[in-house]
Amino acid sequence: MFRKLTITTAMACAGFAGAAHAAGELNIYNWGNYTSPELIAKFSEQYDVRVTVTDYDSNDTALARVRAGGSGFDLVNPSANFIPIWINEGLVEQTNVSEMENFQYVKEEWRDPPWDPGRKYSAPWLWGTGGPVVATNYYDGDINTSAIWLDPPEELHGKINVAPEMNDVLYAAIRYMGGEWCSDDRDLMRAVLDQLLHAKQYWISMEYGLDKMDTRDWYASYYWNGAAYRARRVNADVQWGFPKEGFHIFMESMMVLADAPNPENARLFQNFIMAPENAALISNFASYQNAIEGSEEFMDPDLADAPELNIPEELAHAGGWQDICSPEVNELYTRVWTQVLR
Amino acid sequence: MSVTKEHSERLRREDVRQRWLLSVPALITIILFAAGPLLVVLLFSFMERGDYGGVKFGQFSLEGWISVVFTKDIFDDSLILAEANLSIFWRSVKLALLTMIGALLVGFPTAYFIANRPASDRNLWLFLITIPFWTNLLVRTFAIMDLIRNTGHINRTLMSLGVIDEPIQMLFTDGAVLFGLVYVYLPLMVLPIYASLEKLDHRLVEAGYDLYANRFQVLRHVVLPGCKPGIIAGCILVFIPAIGAYVTPRVLGGGKNMMMGNFIEQQFGPARNWPLGSALSITLLIIVMVLLIAYVRQDAKKGDTDAQ
Repeated sequence: MFRKLTITTAMACAGFAGAAHAAGELNIYNWGNYTSPELIAKFSEQYDVRVTVTDYDSNDTALARVRAGGSGFDLVNPSANFIPIWINEGLVEQTNVSEMENFQYVKEEWRDPPWDPGRKYSAPWLWGTGGPVVATNYYDGDINTSAIWLDPPEELHGKINVAPEMNDVLYAAIRYMGGEWCSDDRDLMRAVLDQLLHAKQYWISMEYGLDKMDTRDWYASYYWNGAAYRARRVNADVQWGFPKEGFHIFMESMMVLADAPNPENARLFQNFIMAPENAALISNFASYQNAIEGSEEFMDPDLADAPELNIPEELAHAGGWQDICSPEVNELYTRVWTQVLR
Repeated sequence: MSVTKEHSERLRREDVRQRWLLSVPALITIILFAAGPLLVVLLFSFMERGDYGGVKFGQFSLEGWISVVFTKDIFDDSLILAEANLSIFWRSVKLALLTMIGALLVGFPTAYFIANRPASDRNLWLFLITIPFWTNLLVRTFAIMDLIRNTGHINRTLMSLGVIDEPIQMLFTDGAVLFGLVYVYLPLMVLPIYASLEKLDHRLVEAGYDLYANRFQVLRHVVLPGCKPGIIAGCILVFIPAIGAYVTPRVLGGGKNMMMGNFIEQQFGPARNWPLGSALSITLLIIVMVLLIAYVRQDAKKGDTDAQ
């Protein structure tokens, strides 16, 4: 039924687009290894649009490049905590996503996020959580705790990797020490620093990627859940935890740039990705969860039910958004981080 | 006498003028692509930082430069010496020095070996030295990682031979970073040393032996002084890129401890402190420049004594 609906919608849009933009173009600026080629091929074919995808590796990179002007991109896919910056700096266009046809499929809990109230600008892409991933052949304790990497048990000493992502690591550590994100409480930050320095002696590296979990160079890592799902496909004993002390939820959302050369096609794409069948394509490629009702039907069955991608109800309260902190707090956090990495 | 002198002086001046004209394209290139961007970096280092990255144009501030050596205390915001920054500088300098020494220890014998081959074979040996340069730095670094990781070729071979039971932790150690850097920058050491060894007069070596010098004495008093310019040039060529090395420490060192390169990157990334990042880049440039000037001065002094 959903399939039918999507196709009808798509055809309706295609007719509309065909009239306005035959053989148009669309330039997407997205995270590396995050865009499903199938999705792009489908969009190109349906709307007769030539799509170009350019990669970036961090929110700061994307922001810096677009802010410099003349980027030529139509769409960008920032994380939730950066979206207010993009909006406040006037870099993105208000496309009233909540009035688009496929918005009806967006799950209730993602319809009115604090960083884009009423979804005026952003169409949901994927979401995930940060937390511990551990090979349970080497560790049999509780997995739903940040203690795995912040107070490492002896069996994991020298086998832990931590993603070198300042805000994510600090978020987990601050929540672990009982604080709130963006807090500028000095005693708390001193405790966070001491805890991180204590834990760091047991870490082997601070790297991106989980391929060294596959090769058993690492037994545990602080990372992101979609990658943990892929690691489990290699080694069945790899499990993902949702720390009871607190974990952050991130979400990327597509926005149309204010200086987009092809704003019409960009809006079409925003609508396109909210269709269940298409959201499933995005999830299948990147192995992260989407925000679209009914997409499960089109997802790889294994992925749709993956424990990594579904927060257990009893731990849902521990999840939180990672707001963007004030420049003063960011400076404090940077000082702590520099101390950790000195 | 004075007429010829005047004439030759005029010729000389004309020659200088012509050379200047001929070098204009090169000068324009240097100003446009080297001095220009550097000037931008310098200007950025004196501006107020933007709240979310970038700078506030036209707002002068010394904050970036102050933060190179000073930081606010995490407790009470008082200005204290930034030990963290200094230890990062020192780690970079130390590693660059060790890389230089390592490359010299491996590179000198290699260059000596090549210089002593028959002239027809030398080009082949030099060609072999430069072959790794055809492959991207990142690819070569990842290849090293594949050798030394826990399930890598070295550990697996040793374990199958029964030499060890547990894999040796080589990846993500300081030794791994040093090995990677020496490997990557070795050709930069070999080539200049070879160039000066090739010019070395072998009759001097023979004369040394005739005068009852042993091998070590010949090396110490004849060969080394003879190729000193090559050694110094090689050391500088290795030291300069090694101090700003970014990829190798990151891939082989596991990124637990920052180097100058990573520290600068952090300022333009999550720290959102472009003025500090710019000031750090200039600081790195100054460190390198001071060393270069010291070298040039020493070289010039040597030139003077030679002339006498």
